[in-house]
Amino acid sequence: MYTDIVMEHFQNPRNVGEIPDADGVGQIGNPACGDITKVFIKVEDGVITDAKFKTFGCAAAIATSSIMTEMAKGKTVEEALRITHRHVAEALGGLPPKKMHCSNLAADALHAAIRDYQRRRGLPVPEERPSSGHHHEDHHGE
Amino acid sequence: MRRIYFDHGVTTPVHPLVAEEMYRCLKDNFGNPSSLHHFGNRARKAVEEAREKVAAAIGANPPEIVFTSGGTEANNMAIHGIAYTNQHRGNHIITTAVEHHSVINTVKALGKQGFTVTILPVDSYGMVRPEDVARAITDRTILISIIHANNEIGTVNPVAEIGRIAREKGVYFHTDACQSFGRLRVNVEELNVDLLTISGHKIHGPKGVGALYLRKGVRWRQTLFHGGAQERLRRAGTENVPGIVGLGKAAELAVSDLEARAAQLARVRDYAIKRILGSFKHVRLTGHPTARLPNHASFCFDFVEGESMLLSLDLKGIATSSGSACTSGSLEPSHVLLAIGLPPEVAHGSLCLTFGPENTEADVDYFVEVMGPILERLRAISPLDEETAYADRNECLSCRAADICRHH
Ligand SMILES: Cc1ncc(COP(=O)(O)O)c(C=O)c1O
Ligand SMILES: [Zn+2]
Repeated sequence: MYTDIVMEHFQNPRNVGEIPDADGVGQIGNPACGDITKVFIKVEDGVITDAKFKTFGCAAAIATSSIMTEMAKGKTVEEALRITHRHVAEALGGLPPKKMHCSNLAADALHAAIRDYQRRRGLPVPEERPSSGHHHEDHHGE
Repeated sequence: MRRIYFDHGVTTPVHPLVAEEMYRCLKDNFGNPSSLHHFGNRARKAVEEAREKVAAAIGANPPEIVFTSGGTEANNMAIHGIAYTNQHRGNHIITTAVEHHSVINTVKALGKQGFTVTILPVDSYGMVRPEDVARAITDRTILISIIHANNEIGTVNPVAEIGRIAREKGVYFHTDACQSFGRLRVNVEELNVDLLTISGHKIHGPKGVGALYLRKGVRWRQTLFHGGAQERLRRAGTENVPGIVGLGKAAELAVSDLEARAAQLARVRDYAIKRILGSFKHVRLTGHPTARLPNHASFCFDFVEGESMLLSLDLKGIATSSGSACTSGSLEPSHVLLAIGLPPEVAHGSLCLTFGPENTEADVDYFVEVMGPILERLRAISPLDEETAYADRNECLSCRAADICRHH
């Protein structure tokens, strides 16, 4: 069902953990939904220098969180805000349609962490735009 | 790699004697049972012998057995057939919140076609209370359908008692015995049922074949399938002869030496429950502690999600299942786990082990050995712990945007 890249990230997730003195923290999902991702970022001169995550969820949720932190590191916050769930899914070699929900979490949690950083710095916070809205039709499981 | 199959509730390996009979049938007995010539007669004879075996295994008479394509079809045709054949008597159907989808979705479909549906709740063990059934019956009630033993939590319902109530009130009673047959004693007289479903692949038989028991005299007609006069007008379509032969053999084996086999399964089950509850923190047994299938041990592990446990175990060679949303394909956790009152976040951490005759206590030891590090790893990745798990119920943007979480 999953690509080798997904399974590899699921088994050896990168950047698991918390950053105690993070510049921004974002959390998406809640226990009732079955997936939660919490993202911590360090930002220096507008560049994300470190990113860590904690995720409660399926293999797809863990793998997307893992690869998302890798994609975010080294990017400016503006670049990182342009990372969508599609980019995350593509980087993993694709996800089963029913699992797109899980990839939304990773991108959304990253964006939430960036907004938190911007708020803390008193920077203008771009409008909240969940990356999942247009993926509506993928989610009807039953 | 060591491979352990702990998923016999989902499907079972075919018994070698079943495979042998099916192979012989496929090779030497290709006739169509409806044909009047020698080849047809031989195939007819094989089907009727299988019917006798299935009937004997559940205490029925052979004409009361109808072969189907499996448990799903038998459940559909039992419920739909009773409903439409008894419309003149009433339109009320009673079922429970812990049925298999082939029952619950059939009943729900009828609910949109003019029938009234009562879905009974269950207790925290997943058991239906007979007094709830009695209270739900009205003079419009035509059918009660209640699962014998649950596939997700193993709980065995008091079917005989419910059957007595149904009979007193003159209401037809169907039970889905796909999980219980071959693991518990299943006898249509003792259980007081009018209709009963079994499935081949849950009893070391082939997939794609099952049977519906229809008590003689029950007002039931085939209302779903239209076609030829096979199965005495009860199930159109050329018989799946090798499958039926396999089901017959599997049914015969399912009841031979049942007590000893069930006792052996229960030993492994009890050992698993004891070891798992004793070895790990934040884990609970789901389903009834004693009134449960002898081969069934199901749990919820806090702070971890079912699919990630399942896949981690599979990487170590152990096959299990989970009722977590992510495994089932919908984002809702299992309706059964919600029905027994588990909060969704707990239901997401479900793991189900169902044993078969080849499983041993040593297999359970191996499970416990590999499960420790898996839990540790997944819990280290998880943002949930004792403090956050139940406090953290803030909005889920992704879910809300996609309109998929019914919890908000
Ligand atoms: C309780 C129960 N009922 C019905 C079925 C469906 O049987 P089948 O797979 O033969 O359609 C199953 C198994 O999936 C089951 O566990
Ligand atoms: Zn998921």
